[in-house]
Amino acid sequence: MEVTVLPEVTWLGVVIKAVIILAIISAIAGFGTYLERKVLAFMQRRLGPMHVGPYGLLQILADGIKLFTKEDIVPQNANKLIFQVAPAITAATAFIALSAVPVFPDFTIPEFIPLLGGTFVPSMAADLNIGVLFILGMMAAGLYGPLLAGMAQANKWGILGSARTAIQFLSYEVVTGLSILAPIMLVGSLSLIEFNDYQAGGIGSWMMWQQPVALILFLIAGFAETNRTPFDLLEHEAEVVSGYATEYSGMRWGMFFIGEYANMITISVLAAVIFAGGYNDLGFLAGWFVIILKIAFFFFLMLWVRAAWPHVRPDQLMWLCWKVLMPIAVINVVITGFVMMA
Amino acid sequence: MSLEEFKNRNIGKQNYVKLDLEHTPQTPLGRFSRVVRRTLKGELFVGLYVTLREMINALFRGEMHTVKYPLEKLPISPRYRAIHDMLRLLESGHYRCIGCGLCEKICISNCIRMDTRYDENQRKEVSEYTINFGRCIFCGYCAEVCPELAIVHGGRYETASEQRASFSIFEDMLTPVDALKQQKEYDGFGAVSPNADENIKKTPLAY
Repeated sequence: MEVTVLPEVTWLGVVIKAVIILAIISAIAGFGTYLERKVLAFMQRRLGPMHVGPYGLLQILADGIKLFTKEDIVPQNANKLIFQVAPAITAATAFIALSAVPVFPDFTIPEFIPLLGGTFVPSMAADLNIGVLFILGMMAAGLYGPLLAGMAQANKWGILGSARTAIQFLSYEVVTGLSILAPIMLVGSLSLIEFNDYQAGGIGSWMMWQQPVALILFLIAGFAETNRTPFDLLEHEAEVVSGYATEYSGMRWGMFFIGEYANMITISVLAAVIFAGGYNDLGFLAGWFVIILKIAFFFFLMLWVRAAWPHVRPDQLMWLCWKVLMPIAVINVVITGFVMMA
Repeated sequence: MSLEEFKNRNIGKQNYVKLDLEHTPQTPLGRFSRVVRRTLKGELFVGLYVTLREMINALFRGEMHTVKYPLEKLPISPRYRAIHDMLRLLESGHYRCIGCGLCEKICISNCIRMDTRYDENQRKEVSEYTINFGRCIFCGYCAEVCPELAIVHGGRYETASEQRASFSIFEDMLTPVDALKQQKEYDGFGAVSPNADENIKKTPLAY
């Protein structure tokens, strides 16, 4: 994999960026659990977490303390190595995927700070020319976490969970790639910055007006990828206890969720950059603010859908992806190609 | 409701609406068109609309359901049957119980135990009155049978306590003398109905 590093980007800047991503996205992912509980509660006319801190804002802290201090149990007959590594795969791949996402704008650390002063911190840790592919590939690799976790724990629910992981993986991956292919053809690049620049001409130039079908397909596939509600088959409590996470406790369990929420953020960022105009200025609103709004909207959409919709059976997911979404995606690609040639 | 309607026990068959459920299509084209119809029906967006509407109602129109229980409490019906109250006469402040023993007699779980004796005025006095709340099923017969409205059901439903004997001694249930002003008349089962005066009929003299 070729990494094109801009000349002024030093390894120190990349490391600082990586630490920033890790720290801030973990915090946001933790905060995401709070947001999810709050939004779901409001949609059911409840209050949600209220007692830890004002409006329950410190609930994350309480959850964190609980997760960190809980006993980490490894089942007797589990494959210990794989059991212990699997959550790290989910969390790590989620963050690796984020390394190719422009998360915050470029900045240079002020000179007066010792040691690090003057270091240029790029907007993304690795500005790959195949950004989209890398992100999708990394997120897809993230499903090895649930797959291995379910099979390593010597638990039937876990096996069911990992079987469902395999089904889900086989289903959505085609749709993700094909749905995003049409925008890639229009832009002619895989770099997220190119995508952003392509849509620089205000709301009318957003990709979602040219490729509405691709947006819908991408969102559906993205929901399946992050295993959010219409497709939350892997650990649906009502059916398979907790699926792949049945035997997990404490921080290892928490790592699955940090990974899941980081993936939600990644999908939101991708949807915002590829389809909704990215971080271009919108009227008087600055670009960084606009993209935060967009990411927040797509994040909210995931919670909203979770509150509103029931989830599908695994076979329905497979049916949907292979028999409905994939043909639509292919037709979309073909039509886009004809339009571009004409 | 007239007697005619009341006697018709054949309920449930008149108002049925037969749903027009379609059969599963047999041809591939039929199946495909059903998929398309269902896909474009927009029901999913109705679902999204409903949840968003509920969220807005809850947040901005004060339709939140949650009661922060230990801090807030819902009003309970006067007919609610919780831990018993022993009422006092408003005029004299003496307890209303005349020691007739009807509540003890009617109690179907045998949880009321009372002892009475004659005091110096040859008036029945309750010397011992306990309700075993481990046995009480809160049926309300004691309140219903009481001729003096002396034992009634109160609204005290938080009955966790350190001892089984809590709440259950006569003095615990009796309205405190200094709280006599706050004593509420019982509206529940066995109480005098609001239109009791209208329901009184004169005994025919020819009887």
